[in-house]
Amino acid sequence: MGIWKTLSAGVHGLFRKREAEQELDEELRDYLDKSAAEKMRSGLTREEALRRARLEMGGVEAVKESVRAASWETRVETLWTDLRFGARLLRFNPVFAGAAILSLALGIGANTAIFQLLDAVRLRTLPVKNPQEIARVVFDRRGSRSGNFSTRYPDFTYAIWEQIRDKQQGFSSVYAWAPVQFNVSPAGEVHNVQGLFVSGEFFETLGLKPALGRLLSTADDQPSCASAGAVLSYSYWQQEYGGRRDVVDGKITINRHSVPIIGVAERDFYGVEVGRNFDVAVPVCAEPLINGENSQLKSGIGWWLSVMGRLKPDWTVERASAQLRTVSQSIFEAAMPAEYNASNAKSLLAAKLVAKPGGSGVSDLRESYAQPLCLLLALAGLVLLIASANLANLLLARANAREKEMAMRMAVGAGRARLIRQLLVESLLLAGIGAALGALLARDLSQVLVASMSTLQAPLFVALRTDWRVLGFTSALAIFTCVLFGLAPALRATSVSPGLALKEGGRGTTQGRSRFGLRRVLVVSQIALSLMLLVGALLFARSLKNLATLDPGFRRDGILVVDIDFSARKLGTEGRRAFSDELLRRVRGIAGVDAAATAAIVPLSGDGIGHDILAGATGDAPEDVPVAAFNYVSPGYFETLQTPFLVGHDFDEHDRLGSPNVAIVNQAFVDKFAQGKNPLEFKFRVRRLMKTSAPYQIIGVVKDTKYTDLRENREVIVYSPQAQNEEASNDAQILLRSSAPLAGILSAVKGTAIQADPDADITFYNLHRMIDDGLIRDRLMARLSGFFGMLAVLLAVIGLYGVISYMVARRRNEIGIRMSLGADRRSIISLVLRESVLLLSIGLIIGVALALAVSSAASALLFGLKSHDAATLIIATISLAAIGLAASYLPALRAANLDPMDALRNE
Amino acid sequence: MTDTSATLVQGTLDMLILKTLALEPLHGWGISQRIQQLSHGVFEVNPGSLFPAFRRLERAGLLECAWRTSENNRRAKYYSLTRAGRQKLRSETKEWERQVAAIARILQTAS
Repeated sequence: MGIWKTLSAGVHGLFRKREAEQELDEELRDYLDKSAAEKMRSGLTREEALRRARLEMGGVEAVKESVRAASWETRVETLWTDLRFGARLLRFNPVFAGAAILSLALGIGANTAIFQLLDAVRLRTLPVKNPQEIARVVFDRRGSRSGNFSTRYPDFTYAIWEQIRDKQQGFSSVYAWAPVQFNVSPAGEVHNVQGLFVSGEFFETLGLKPALGRLLSTADDQPSCASAGAVLSYSYWQQEYGGRRDVVDGKITINRHSVPIIGVAERDFYGVEVGRNFDVAVPVCAEPLINGENSQLKSGIGWWLSVMGRLKPDWTVERASAQLRTVSQSIFEAAMPAEYNASNAKSLLAAKLVAKPGGSGVSDLRESYAQPLCLLLALAGLVLLIASANLANLLLARANAREKEMAMRMAVGAGRARLIRQLLVESLLLAGIGAALGALLARDLSQVLVASMSTLQAPLFVALRTDWRVLGFTSALAIFTCVLFGLAPALRATSVSPGLALKEGGRGTTQGRSRFGLRRVLVVSQIALSLMLLVGALLFARSLKNLATLDPGFRRDGILVVDIDFSARKLGTEGRRAFSDELLRRVRGIAGVDAAATAAIVPLSGDGIGHDILAGATGDAPEDVPVAAFNYVSPGYFETLQTPFLVGHDFDEHDRLGSPNVAIVNQAFVDKFAQGKNPLEFKFRVRRLMKTSAPYQIIGVVKDTKYTDLRENREVIVYSPQAQNEEASNDAQILLRSSAPLAGILSAVKGTAIQADPDADITFYNLHRMIDDGLIRDRLMARLSGFFGMLAVLLAVIGLYGVISYMVARRRNEIGIRMSLGADRRSIISLVLRESVLLLSIGLIIGVALALAVSSAASALLFGLKSHDAATLIIATISLAAIGLAASYLPALRAANLDPMDALRNE
Repeated sequence: MTDTSATLVQGTLDMLILKTLALEPLHGWGISQRIQQLSHGVFEVNPGSLFPAFRRLERAGLLECAWRTSENNRRAKYYSLTRAGRQKLRSETKEWERQVAAIARILQTAS
């Protein structure tokens, strides 16, 4: 109650300030009158009595001041005055204030944003109950597995998962899951969403509750899969169904199969994969239904599931690991794929199962982005350091200018504490605005970062939260810098006698050496650090350029990839081949299509097929069989992608099933297998999924091309005719080249496909765009490090400019004397530039040394150049030196244009 | 202020003001005179501490004030005790007596 009263009285007091002052005046006058009247009674004259009364009181103003000090609102008032004064000073120095606030905001914003992302991708735990109890079952490094790998985490086959579930002891329950894409469009163009196959234990093990309806349980995941239902994620429910509660009675189409929706998952649950968001989850048992003949579950060698579980209360990851090791062999024996031969089985049995912590989820993103993000955080940290140094420099410069002001205010009676308080408020104002802008910036910046890491095919989902710890830390650093360097003038001015400070400030040519030294150190370190950042930026930019301009061995531009899925026609193998050929024929007939071909693998799409190569037409397989990348293509593939033939010719319509096996290989194949012999006479056999083929005849050799990744070394590739592939898939993947606008071609192709099959699923993408998406990490690094590098250089140049200008201002007198003694403009300019050259060279030397010492951290992310790239170092050094000299030329010119008389007279 | 007047123990000024006002509402000068009289001139109260004390007590809700016209037709600010002020005075007096008695006992046994 007391506090409330004081508070309300105080607020009241703030608003009735004048009235309160009048009342106080009146009250004190009354007191004086009464006191004087008392004294007059003892015989004093009126004047004398009043005088004595005043003396006794000790000054009306002093009493008033102490009454005012008794109330808290006065302190608020002085603070307000200080703030207003500070704001006015900043307004009078907009350049100073702008530079300081902007550098703080950028430094704080960038650090916070990047840390947020790093935290989300790398450090945060899953949004489930007791995430520390979650562990993942994986293979240790021994042994090897062969078969058909799909999904992002192809750890286990279905049979092995069943064995793990039955034989493990360390987990109270385990579940299997696999991330996939579901086509939810009922007809026509494909609409993919992020799908999950989950075993019945999934939701219960994670301790999740439904937001609506019910979640999948073990009863839903039975081999018969009679009651298969779909669970939607909360965000998908909101976004696609507007949060309607009747979705539970509805159905969703998944790969053309209607599946009832049974519930919606918890609001914050995005799945167990960091960086991805699931939309729809269905039980594992529904996989054969949804994937049809491509089912991984039915195939003994389909590796597609990942297994995780919740540890029993008294079990550690190590103990669970040890238990899994002991049962590994019996698990593999029981789940041995029927397709395996003796050597496959042997290498599988050599492997062991282990557990590893899974509380922070599974993430392929973590592997690919943890290092770049750490590096970016380090770069942003350096920028913050440079920004702080800049701020310190600016504040020091201002401090010098204000020393006289401080001394003057001390001389007229301002208290030391009062002065310090005022400067503190000013510094905090600066830091506060900077930090607030930084926080705003961080929010937008992290969104931009996430957006720039997403691609159409792999949208990135990151649950971003403003990280108050980082924001707090970076802001604290800013405030510390501000306070430390902002207070310098107050501390200095108040520690010497005002008279001395005033006198010295009046006419001094050598004063302030020590402070000036500090400013030079700051500028030198700024230059050194910004050189490092510039080197980093150039390295990443050149690496990106190397990748973007790399010749992949085929044409990137003007290639459209169309996938037409005609499973709805339910054709047999022959029918599929014929329909696919028909589609290709019709697409080739479209006006504007220059060339078209079908291919099983689109280069650089990330997909790949690998088969064992057995050299020679006969003979046993050696112990260690080499593997080659495969592609099944139609005639015209090389023409479409403009990959040149080195020897031989393309496939033609005579290469069919039943005719002799033919192949086209690339140069790398020839170098590896034919070794100097005529490649057209070299024979080899192919072992596909444990079966060895009849001998292949090479009919052509093409230039090397990239297969899955631009960064890969020379990949050995074998092309085999689509028509000789025993399996024919339910879709035609057509690559077409056109110089016409792709939009027009696109609708024409769509029309053609619909005409041929009204039920077809059609997917399009642009090859160039897809390859660019593959470079997203490199582009992110190049852009951000470029941004940081430019920022750093800008800040360093501002710092250098400030110091040189300051030096010129300080040495006006000296320059005036030199000029009047006959120094010409050139010698004055060189006098000033000498200083700048000195600072620049020291900074650059230190910077080069630092860059050499730490740049190896980036080497894993670079392509086509070393981290100690000499050209990069030289370019960075020369450009920074040039920019620095240009920046100091301005103050040098100003010095040279001084009027000597003016400079001497006016100090 | 003068050598003869004793320095008030910290916090006792508030109690003395409350005590003075327990009898009747008074203005600033009156309060200072009353304290001086009642203490037989031992305590002389300086306006520099008296007026801040008024403000403090008023804020704490122990005093209330009203403007009245005094004898010579001038407006004067009269302070009086609130209910909370009376309670505070009672509890403070009790506490003070307890402390004084304790100190007295210590001093007696010590001598």
